[in-house]
Amino acid sequence: MILGIDVGGTHTDAVLIEDLDVKKTVKVLTNQENLIGTFQNVADEILREENIDDLERIVLSTTMSTNAIVQGNIDEVGMILASGPGLPPSILKINDHTHFLSGYVNHRGEKVAETDVTEVSEIKDRLTAAGIRHVGIVGKFSTRNPALETTIADMIQNDFTHLSFGHRMSGNLNFPRRIATTYLNAAIWNTYNTFVKEVLNFIGTIKSSVPLFILKADGGTSEIGQSAKYPVGTILSGPAASIMGILCLSHCREDAIAIDIGGTTTDIALFADGIPLLEPFGVTIEGHKTLTRGLRSRSLGVGGDSRVHYENGDISVGPERVGPAAAFGGPYPTPTDAMIVLGLTDIGDKRMAEAAVEKVAESTGASVTDTARQIFETACRSIADNVTAMIEEINNKPVYTIHEILEGKKIMPQVLYVVGGPAQPMAARIGELLHCHACIPDHAEVANAIGAALARTTTEITLLADTEKRTLTIVEEGIQQEISPQFTREEGLQICRDKLIERALKMGAREDEIEIEILEDQVFNMVRGYYTTGENIRLKAQIKPGLITEIAKETRQ
Amino acid sequence: MKEKYRKTGLIFFPAFDWAISPTHPEREERLLYTQDQVFEEGLLDFDNIIEYKPGMATVDDINRIHICVPDAESVTTESHLISAGGAITAAEKVLDGEVDNAFALVRPPGHHAMTVVHGARGFCNINIEAIMIEHIRSKYGPKKVAIVDTDCHHGDGTQDIYWHDPNTLYISIHQDGRTLYPGSGFPNEFGGPNAIGTTINIPLPPRTSEEGFLYVLDHLIMPILEEFEPDLIINSAGQDNHYTDPITDMRFTAQGYAILNDRLSPDVAVLEGGYSVETALPYINVGIILAMAGIDYSQVTEPDYDPSSIRQSSEVTSYIEKEVDLIHSLWKNRNAEKAKVDRDTEFATRQKNIYYDTDGIQEEQKETVRLCNECGGLVFIDSRANYADRIFAVIVPGQSCPICRKKGEDLFESTDKKPYRHVYFQDRDRDIFLVK
Repeated sequence: MILGIDVGGTHTDAVLIEDLDVKKTVKVLTNQENLIGTFQNVADEILREENIDDLERIVLSTTMSTNAIVQGNIDEVGMILASGPGLPPSILKINDHTHFLSGYVNHRGEKVAETDVTEVSEIKDRLTAAGIRHVGIVGKFSTRNPALETTIADMIQNDFTHLSFGHRMSGNLNFPRRIATTYLNAAIWNTYNTFVKEVLNFIGTIKSSVPLFILKADGGTSEIGQSAKYPVGTILSGPAASIMGILCLSHCREDAIAIDIGGTTTDIALFADGIPLLEPFGVTIEGHKTLTRGLRSRSLGVGGDSRVHYENGDISVGPERVGPAAAFGGPYPTPTDAMIVLGLTDIGDKRMAEAAVEKVAESTGASVTDTARQIFETACRSIADNVTAMIEEINNKPVYTIHEILEGKKIMPQVLYVVGGPAQPMAARIGELLHCHACIPDHAEVANAIGAALARTTTEITLLADTEKRTLTIVEEGIQQEISPQFTREEGLQICRDKLIERALKMGAREDEIEIEILEDQVFNMVRGYYTTGENIRLKAQIKPGLITEIAKETRQ
Repeated sequence: MKEKYRKTGLIFFPAFDWAISPTHPEREERLLYTQDQVFEEGLLDFDNIIEYKPGMATVDDINRIHICVPDAESVTTESHLISAGGAITAAEKVLDGEVDNAFALVRPPGHHAMTVVHGARGFCNINIEAIMIEHIRSKYGPKKVAIVDTDCHHGDGTQDIYWHDPNTLYISIHQDGRTLYPGSGFPNEFGGPNAIGTTINIPLPPRTSEEGFLYVLDHLIMPILEEFEPDLIINSAGQDNHYTDPITDMRFTAQGYAILNDRLSPDVAVLEGGYSVETALPYINVGIILAMAGIDYSQVTEPDYDPSSIRQSSEVTSYIEKEVDLIHSLWKNRNAEKAKVDRDTEFATRQKNIYYDTDGIQEEQKETVRLCNECGGLVFIDSRANYADRIFAVIVPGQSCPICRKKGEDLFESTDKKPYRHVYFQDRDRDIFLVK
């Protein structure tokens, strides 16, 4: 028996899954002031009358980290940056407590300028004087050689509550994103760790031996204790749950579009051969571009309750929501009102919907029905256009080899999965516009909780071997070791696989669910003068987002 | 520095699966560290830096400007088509108004490829800038174009292609040909009889540093550009003037390249040479991208940058000052020089011996131009490679006058194929390419 809980912005859903079937679902309102209380309520409710001994695992997806960032419920962070030449400090500075110091690692991972001990000590004094408890340390190219970051840490670790390191956030290059990711990690560290402690205390009262997982932005799970080290990985857990839920309920194996139409926004995601796509560099939150692995999605301000504008007879929808639909007493006409007028749904007060749409009709000069149709069409088209743009963006992604230019796979979805409130009335038309077969999966109302419940553990590892310098680096694990000049790509691949499995097990993966994918496999001859002096081996492996098990197909129509 | 926010297109194509040979400077690794640096600096996250996938140039694009022997397919691989296609994409994004300027960071390079192509020379098979420019002219109509070639080697291919074209100004700044491949590019190479002054060569002495390059830019190149009034400025952005380049002997820097690009403000920059893959290219390219996008590049330097250790000598400074004066007066007198051309004869001829170092081919060429006051002039070329493969080509220039076109058509018609492997006809305005 698996318990999945999605603590969303409005509702909190829980689902119990047993023998490939949805056994029970519960939906309650989320109390944003007391997420832990909401979590307790829903867990108590769904587990009542259940045999706790059958509970194998609990998976939680939560807006905890996202909310902390969005609502500014974060700690002051001191940032220590070794930026070296390149972008100026004015662009890299992330807050008032950002300090720059000398020391530089180049793209090969060579330390070309040392850290200045006096500088570090001065910065430490200024940060402690300002009452800072949480510090982020980020060096340019620290993923190539973390030594500079760890040297700084050694000098100051006793003076602060917690230090976040840039090189542990991701193996990917991108200094400004590394700064933002490390900053956010440090900023929510305390809030998140407090939350984890409370959740674990509560679970202890139910069944302390049951493993508890949290869903990360990349649609994969991590054992909650492990996640506490890198809280930034748990941002955007909610949207990830929704995508994983659709994946699960749709039994998708092919290229497909997944859209979640809510009241305020519509979120779009894509599957390639049934695998959800990841953001190429990392997710963006509150304007911060990060290195946090996350499912690729696009959000637009068109939902059932979006305000309809009709200045000069031109109809447009959104992006803002100002209260509910007119049919529910809202101040402005909305797509929901149009769908009620058209008889596509029979919720709310039809007369109030008509009255709202009539105001639009006065401006356009068309009949109420035609106007409603136009509003509905505008909303559907706007969603369809965004889907098309997202597919184009992905298919036009720059590639760097001739092979990929000539052979590159293109995503060509034939299926559209729709969940969310207005899914039923809108799915068919959006499908038509996209030339896709439209489906609404069963249990769509608790898709997020199901997605969380059945997601597998995901992780990634980056291996760099430089046989000229005789070094091997796996930065996510903080590994740096000497290798022989004869070190080969094959040896690298083996180490990469072993370390990935080790890492996944540590995060709570079951051995049988680990499926390794090699993301990057490149070997470059390094030539100096006219002689080959070594090889530059670059490997990256991941456990991609997927499901530990399926819901049996028989449970859906 | 003053911020000048611009929308910049970036076409990055490092061709990680293509090399001339495993240890050749033009190999897979060449843009690897540039990619690292560009990614690490997070340049692709700037809202005003937009990355585009390169298109592929077509055989028609090549046949618009080159005479390939025996044909375009035989002298190119996909890598050349993507490299030229990347340059075309860059220019199209600018002309379509999607971006203010664009940088094609592509390989392999092209500025040693001449009109006739028997094979590869100076690591180049086809001239990616020329293919781009003629594609643009064919798609968007006639354009006055200035090419400023800042590669350390003289761009003898681009010079050859535009030698007779008064509407294309080719300015090359390079290490003195007496000390470096390809050995040409002296101030007296000043354009064909119909295009005197639209080829400008500025050879610089070895060990010229930032000061010298920027002096030439400010006192010679910018004033010439101001007078020429081009519709488009193209920068052949070779990066081998760098003080760490293994095959040249100059002392230019990443900071210098960025300043040069900023002051020149090209519409399109196209990567050419540059083989200091680890210690120069990453920093130069970051500098150029930031300069094009109008983002503060003042902190972009090599980690070991020390201007005092690479300062040019006072001899170099005074040599350059004198040369700038000389070339500037040549430019000022170009119309008088053009008036002196003997118009009594109809044709002017030049003999060329061209060596293809990369492919080891020797070409003998006789190129004839019709002296014409109305256009660039009809050109016909008799070329023989390795004493065997002989071709004849008739080229009607862009914006051609009716007489040159008529004469070209007649000449192609009347030329007997027998002594030649092929006879070619190229009409750039009408986009016609015929082979017999």
